[in-house]
Amino acid sequence: MAVLEIRDARKAFGATRALDGLSLSLGEGELLGLLGPNGAGKTTLIRAIAGRVRLDGGSVSLYGRTLAPGKPRPDLGVVPQENALYPLLTARENLETFGRLNGVEGRRLSERIAWALEWTGLADRARAPVRTYSGGMKRRLNLACGVLHEPKLVLLDEPTVGVDPQSRESIYDMLGALRAQGTSLLLTTHYLEEAEARCERIVVVDHGRAVAAGTLVELVEQAGLAGRRVRLSVDREVASVPAGFARDSDARVLTATITDVGHELPGLLARVQAAGLAVRDVEVRTASLQAVFLALTGKELRE
Amino acid sequence: MIPLLIRNSWTQLRRDRAAQVLVFIVPIAFFSIFAVIFGGRGNRMNGVSRVAVAVVDESATAKSRALVQALEADSGLRVVTTSPARAGENAPSATLTRASAEDMVKRGDLSVALILPKGIEESLGSFGGHGVKALILDDPSDPVAARLVGGLLQRAALRAASAGGGFMGMAARDPDEMLPLRFEQREVLGQKRETPMVAFYAAGIAVMFIMFSAAGAGGALIDETDAGTLERVLTTGLGMNGLLLAKWLYSASLACLQITVMFVWGMLVFHLPLVEHLPGFVVMTVCTAVAASAFGLVLATLSRTRQQLAGLANLIVLSLNALGGSMFPRFLMSESLQKMSLVGFNAWALDGYIKVFWREASLAALLPQVGALLGFTALFLVVARRLARRWETA
Repeated sequence: MAVLEIRDARKAFGATRALDGLSLSLGEGELLGLLGPNGAGKTTLIRAIAGRVRLDGGSVSLYGRTLAPGKPRPDLGVVPQENALYPLLTARENLETFGRLNGVEGRRLSERIAWALEWTGLADRARAPVRTYSGGMKRRLNLACGVLHEPKLVLLDEPTVGVDPQSRESIYDMLGALRAQGTSLLLTTHYLEEAEARCERIVVVDHGRAVAAGTLVELVEQAGLAGRRVRLSVDREVASVPAGFARDSDARVLTATITDVGHELPGLLARVQAAGLAVRDVEVRTASLQAVFLALTGKELRE
Repeated sequence: MIPLLIRNSWTQLRRDRAAQVLVFIVPIAFFSIFAVIFGGRGNRMNGVSRVAVAVVDESATAKSRALVQALEADSGLRVVTTSPARAGENAPSATLTRASAEDMVKRGDLSVALILPKGIEESLGSFGGHGVKALILDDPSDPVAARLVGGLLQRAALRAASAGGGFMGMAARDPDEMLPLRFEQREVLGQKRETPMVAFYAAGIAVMFIMFSAAGAGGALIDETDAGTLERVLTTGLGMNGLLLAKWLYSASLACLQITVMFVWGMLVFHLPLVEHLPGFVVMTVCTAVAASAFGLVLATLSRTRQQLAGLANLIVLSLNALGGSMFPRFLMSESLQKMSLVGFNAWALDGYIKVFWREASLAALLPQVGALLGFTALFLVVARRLARRWETA
């Protein structure tokens, strides 16, 4: 059974259709990336799942149970994009506040706070006001406040925005630990390389709809970018481009697209040598998520 | 470069409605409100409105009646000779007695009572004779009224005496004996107070500042919106009702503490009789605090930004306090303005504190003020709850 199932979600704000029949599902322990340009409908979707937006049509189900808007969702954790913390309270006090608001009390609360402080690496700063924390420390605490009540599904809205690579790595390690416990994660991010590296599946949202969904390989297929990109660096500027190649903006680089590396690459190299050029470097790669994303959503600015 | 920056500043002002309101509308609003209160339209001190005075004619002679008529004819006075009929009573109004007139002053119905004792007719127009004196009973919280009545009494006495032909023996008298009618003055309230006006100012300032504090405390909602904690809290099981209740109770407890600190300071430094009036103080403080904190929630839910809240709070709080008597005692305003000021909860709060500390009123006598404050509280909470719907599920 899917942990989260969204079917034909529709929501309009005046004349703007924020969600226009969006559907997706998320399995147990899965990390699903939700990508889309600004204004694509990601935030509306996250708010609808969290019960903060009332859908005009469609449904949101958690473990097969349809969720009513405005009702508590104890199985759900929300990690907002802003560091939604009380800056004058300490880490421990923030954790206690959001833990209790999510129904964690007594001894369990103490245990969970102790766990969260260890998990975030903030145990030695637990009694310092949050306003004295670095950006990375706040991000980690922001994450901990959203998962203290051990939700089965966590919504993560840009959890690594504005932090250094070390903190980003640390946050993904924390998310990995959650997944190891069986927690499902829905992640929105604009860091495409992060989504490419971390997410098992990706849903690309645009104009309120899921325009593509699947693994990166599946997305490449759906975007019509199947094949491998070959990039050859040669010893001098190319006057006449050999057959099967395209000219790059760099006059010493040739590019081509192939589907079978084993069979087609030797032929390409032979043609280059026949043209009197010496190959200095060869790079073979699939289409990047960036290329897929732009192919699916276009290059025009949205805001 | 400098003209460019100046032009940019003007352009930004032109596009910022809130800033335009603060720059142009708020000062005009303040000016208008203060002009009405302190200027020619509502201020009793400039003589435009009349001073209410209870007159008891115990002499009931032709001369004393002539004096009462002269007082009634004076444009500066509104003479009351009968006790007002109570609501729901069909009995005709009774002629005032010394005791009922004194009660009216004690209750705060009016600030001055003038007693014309038996034998006063002999003293009228005698210019310093040592006969019976008129008696002015006054509420010292209104220092102007008694002096005004004393002065106008002389004018009326002169008119009444001249009508009766009594202008003899004026030569070679000392100035004190040049009065056409001598009188003595007695304060019927606050005689035991060392600093009788301290209670009034403590209440006035405390009420004004808890209104500012309540607006600030309510503004935490705006801060939480900006910080994202409001959104996060609303995804838990707490809900908007719980959130507003928590903000309201926090703000009310803060207001209680703030008023208490103010009055304790007044007690320690200015000998404010707090301990003797503790029950009344507690009742008024709790009612005032819950009303002020609910009022703060209305301002906060009405505002979109902290800047808007600051502008709104400055405008409304200062206006209500000017009208409600925190800056300028209401009893010095015209009667119409005094009635108008009751649209603000703070005027009821101040009336309550004055009843407790000044008029030695019982707890039962605070019922109108308590009822009004709790009514305002309920109204404010309903309005704040409706306004807070914008933060709820979209």
